[in-house]
Amino acid sequence: MIKAILIFNNHGKPRLSKFYEHYNEDTEQQIIRETFHLVSKRDENVCNFLEGGLLIGGLDYKLIYRHYATLYFVFCVDSSESELGILDLIQVFVETLDKCFENVCELDLIFHVDKVHHILAEMVMGGMVLETNMNEIITQVDAQNKMEKSEAGIAGAPARAVSAVKNMNLPEMPKNINIGDISIK
Amino acid sequence: MPAVSKGDGMRGLAVFISDIRNCKSKEAEVKRINKELANIRSKFKGDKALDGYSKKKYVCKLLFIFLLGHDIDFGHMEAVNLLSSNKYTEKQIGYLFISVLVNSNSDLIRLINNAIKNDLASRNPTFMNLALHCIANVGSREMAEAFASEIPRILVAGDTMDSVKQSAALCLLRLNRTSPDLVPMGEWTARVVHLLNDQHLGVVTAATSLITTLAQKSPDDFKTSVSLAVARLSRIVTSASIDLQDYTYYFVAAPWLSVKLLRLLQCYPPPEDTSLRSRLTECLETILNKAQEPPKSKKVQHSNAKNAVLFEAITLIIHHDSEPNLLVRACNQLGQFLQHRETNLRYLALESMCTLASSEFSHEAVKTHIETVINALKTERDVSVRQRAVDLLYAMCDRSNSKQIVAEMLSYLETADYSIREEIVLKVAILAEKYAVDYTWYVDTILNLIRIAGDYVSEEVWYRVIQIVINRDDVQGYAAKTVFEALQAPACHENLVKVGGYILGEFGNLIAGDPRSSPLVQFNLLHSKFHLCSVPTRALLLSAYIKFINLFPEVKGTIQDVLRSDSQLRNADVELQQRAVEYLRLSCIASTDILATVLEEMPPFPERESSILAKLKKKKGSSKLPDMDDSRKNVNGSSEHAEDAEVASKPPQFLLEELISTDRPHPSSSATMLPTRTMVPSHTFTDNLSVNSAPSSGASLLVDVFSDFSSAAPTEGSDEHFPRFVCKNNGVIYENQLLQIGLKSEYRQNLGRMYVFYGNKTSTKFLSFSTSVSTLQLNVQEKPVDPLIEAGAQVQQILNIECVSDFSDVPVLNIQFRYGGTLQNITVKLPVMLNKFFQPTEMTSQDFFQRWKQLGAPQQEVQKIFKAKNQMDTDVTKAKLLGFGVALLDGVDPNPTNFVGAGIIHTKTTQVGCLLRLEPNTQAQMYRLTLRTSKESVSQRLCELLPPTNAVPPATAAPLAELFTATLIWSWDAISLHRHMTSSKRGAIPALKHSGGRTVVGA
Repeated sequence: MIKAILIFNNHGKPRLSKFYEHYNEDTEQQIIRETFHLVSKRDENVCNFLEGGLLIGGLDYKLIYRHYATLYFVFCVDSSESELGILDLIQVFVETLDKCFENVCELDLIFHVDKVHHILAEMVMGGMVLETNMNEIITQVDAQNKMEKSEAGIAGAPARAVSAVKNMNLPEMPKNINIGDISIK
Repeated sequence: MPAVSKGDGMRGLAVFISDIRNCKSKEAEVKRINKELANIRSKFKGDKALDGYSKKKYVCKLLFIFLLGHDIDFGHMEAVNLLSSNKYTEKQIGYLFISVLVNSNSDLIRLINNAIKNDLASRNPTFMNLALHCIANVGSREMAEAFASEIPRILVAGDTMDSVKQSAALCLLRLNRTSPDLVPMGEWTARVVHLLNDQHLGVVTAATSLITTLAQKSPDDFKTSVSLAVARLSRIVTSASIDLQDYTYYFVAAPWLSVKLLRLLQCYPPPEDTSLRSRLTECLETILNKAQEPPKSKKVQHSNAKNAVLFEAITLIIHHDSEPNLLVRACNQLGQFLQHRETNLRYLALESMCTLASSEFSHEAVKTHIETVINALKTERDVSVRQRAVDLLYAMCDRSNSKQIVAEMLSYLETADYSIREEIVLKVAILAEKYAVDYTWYVDTILNLIRIAGDYVSEEVWYRVIQIVINRDDVQGYAAKTVFEALQAPACHENLVKVGGYILGEFGNLIAGDPRSSPLVQFNLLHSKFHLCSVPTRALLLSAYIKFINLFPEVKGTIQDVLRSDSQLRNADVELQQRAVEYLRLSCIASTDILATVLEEMPPFPERESSILAKLKKKKGSSKLPDMDDSRKNVNGSSEHAEDAEVASKPPQFLLEELISTDRPHPSSSATMLPTRTMVPSHTFTDNLSVNSAPSSGASLLVDVFSDFSSAAPTEGSDEHFPRFVCKNNGVIYENQLLQIGLKSEYRQNLGRMYVFYGNKTSTKFLSFSTSVSTLQLNVQEKPVDPLIEAGAQVQQILNIECVSDFSDVPVLNIQFRYGGTLQNITVKLPVMLNKFFQPTEMTSQDFFQRWKQLGAPQQEVQKIFKAKNQMDTDVTKAKLLGFGVALLDGVDPNPTNFVGAGIIHTKTTQVGCLLRLEPNTQAQMYRLTLRTSKESVSQRLCELLPPTNAVPPATAAPLAELFTATLIWSWDAISLHRHMTSSKRGAIPALKHSGGRTVVGA
């Protein structure tokens, strides 16, 4: 079972956190910090698995993570999951994000946190892998968008404003992750 | 076209996020967030109704704020409102908020459940999916209660869409994990198994996850899944990759599904059906073969997916552990991976090999990789991988390679990461003991261990080396010589001083012949470390000194001088001071004979499992430790597996106490006994001599040591009195030469009060008198008792007792006091049994039979047959039954010689009605007792209590049962049926229900 899915950037800023087991807010934040601490100090070419931190799970749990440009994707799983399987699930997740956002970058995750959650929900549900087929996932996401479009009459104007804002007043815009041609590790 | 067009977000949200990102400091960020929270709060509270769009926007902002680590304590209601919106996007954001933020907030759960119910019934697959996701993500008990029966129906319904089926399967799995008792197994199980044949591979994947979990709990119900899973797996591995189109991932056919299927098969033994078995073997071989083929893509994703399946197949092969051929192939494959350039594969290969090493077919094959593994330990850059290498070395160790492996681990220890040092120390200690052929090697290894990583050597490790040295006389001389040499180093670890002190104190005489290690040299060496050590170690050294006085009379004067010095006699630490005073006095007044007896060499320790192993298990969790071959023996020659379960559950410290204090044989002439009886020295004295090895646990140990000496015999005495109290409340429960304990007790409903009288039978007063009651299932409140009991006086203590639920363990009263300087420790079982909480109940015979019939389930009735101990006197029996607590009902049983009774057991949580029938058979001098209560545990417990004498063992009871059926001329069931039919139909008279309507009888 997947216990938690965390995305944070190189500075430890959380970009997505999804817990499939209940913790209170403080513990969740602690777990994110601890995980960042464990993962960020590791070299680039060591293995992608490490024994879990103390807060989440304990002995039976492993952190399986991948590092893409500015972001860490970390899955916290128990021994009933295949390590390599989860590693590739992270890849599928990122590729899907890349398709949905066109060259996904950290900013997309910041400004569209709800979308990221929806995409993740198509893949993982209650800690279990729901769907691994990228086409299937994207079909679902497309269907959602269509529905959204048909419902949103008033969303056009804010949309332009958003893109204006996005390109205007962001002093430290991170580099694009550019996952189109992913070089892992 | 991108699936998410970038611009269609919400403007206010984007502006807010940008503001936050522009904040220069944490304070500014908090300020901005608080401003926004205030804004949203006022919007939500405002009179103006918000439209769906605004609600959605604000809820999104709250989500973002939550992600940044701030508490969100409002907005839940608005999110719940969004659930009932007809607009998909609003509904979706509502569900998102709830699955991220809501836990089991009970007020809202009802509203949420309502919305979910509507969506599940909507037949709109998108809405259904949202609802199912929400149930799975929250997974609370309330949700399980509301939907556990609904979801299986959706899952197996013929017209359910594939995507909904997928969600329903995982939703059910989640509920099964969180509240297994609420998910009913039923006719749907068979249909779930058939989902393995579904067209849609997504459905099959989800169903496989579900079945795997269910099969772990009830394997028999899902046995049929094995053949379906093998068939499915076979189709996947033999298919050309294009067949599975969408589910092909980087040229690998459905890797996730294959992994899941292989996991499912690990829930079962190898299939018995030969054709099925050969088909599975074929699949596994194909997977192994594919690993040797050139990769179809250079991408790492391709090799990852392929190897995920391969590792899972290998795990299945290891799990089956039946095909030597496959096992060896698996081992070779893993061997290749050990040298792979991908770190991930090296890591996983080491991990899998660990389990492979425990199979007898492949243990030898694994051993061939020893050089590679040792190399990994030395050169691997990643600590996770090195850790796995240590695990594997431990698992592959046997007599043939133990020296090499232990040496490598020791040398690795010098540079090992701090995080794994303690574990390596334990492993080295265990391997050294387990495979020691000569004990000199063992002693060297452990001393090296202390030298290299003294800080990580736990108590258990050095206790163990001492136990072994004491038990093996062939190694004692060598051990003394080695520790003597090791202590020469200018800086030694304190653990080494402890071992050194103990061993030289016991066996220093074995090396005293050599002038380089003469008694005085030994003593000076030890004493040179004294001032650098902590208190427990110093205490141990003092004990070593007094042993020296016995071993080497020539150094007596020197040692006495040391003991007499102010730094000892007036030490601020009370333990050290006491030892110094007592040892000094002992050395002065005792004759050589007495000294020799008191300070005799330690008797051998009883053979037991190493406490180190228990410690390691506790540290790692036993599942992760590869079990060693049963036939391998440890140093002591005893197989260590017998006690595994028992020992693993105890904390190591306790183990040692037990080992020393309880299980040690107590010969009456033993040194440890002597001081207690003859010289009236203080307790610590005995403690020092017998428990040298555990100074740090002195205080708790003390009591244990003494409870053995002083209370062994009296406890038996109290057991003798105990049964009489089943049917009476007052009397003497305990008596020995010193103390008499009387009881007077009264019970009402679930409460009881017990007056305990302690009588001092001696002509000396008892000091520091204290008591404590230990109980598992009852609430017992003790009133304080006077710490002083004058000679011949009696003091009283009141205990208030509350029965919480039905129980079987009686409370135990522990009494401690000082009598003439000796600490006495007495343990008495208090006669508080379940039947004390009986309230007798009168009822008519009609009611009785009606109840009797209602309690007819087999587990509610308990019966036993026992022999009459005395004359079968009706009045005596009656008195006993009344004392037991039931009301005797006359004229109920057609046979006037039989006894029938009824009563209610009162506990805080429930009340349990109880019916009893006792049939004497005077010819056979036997009784048959039948009890019916609404609660199985209560029936059992009451039956054990009555009679308070010995029952006939079950083996002989069977023929006796015939005796009774033969002599009994009527059947209760027939009579009650008859009465029931002839009685006027007034309905059941709630005779047992008078007590507040909570009675369980007949309910």
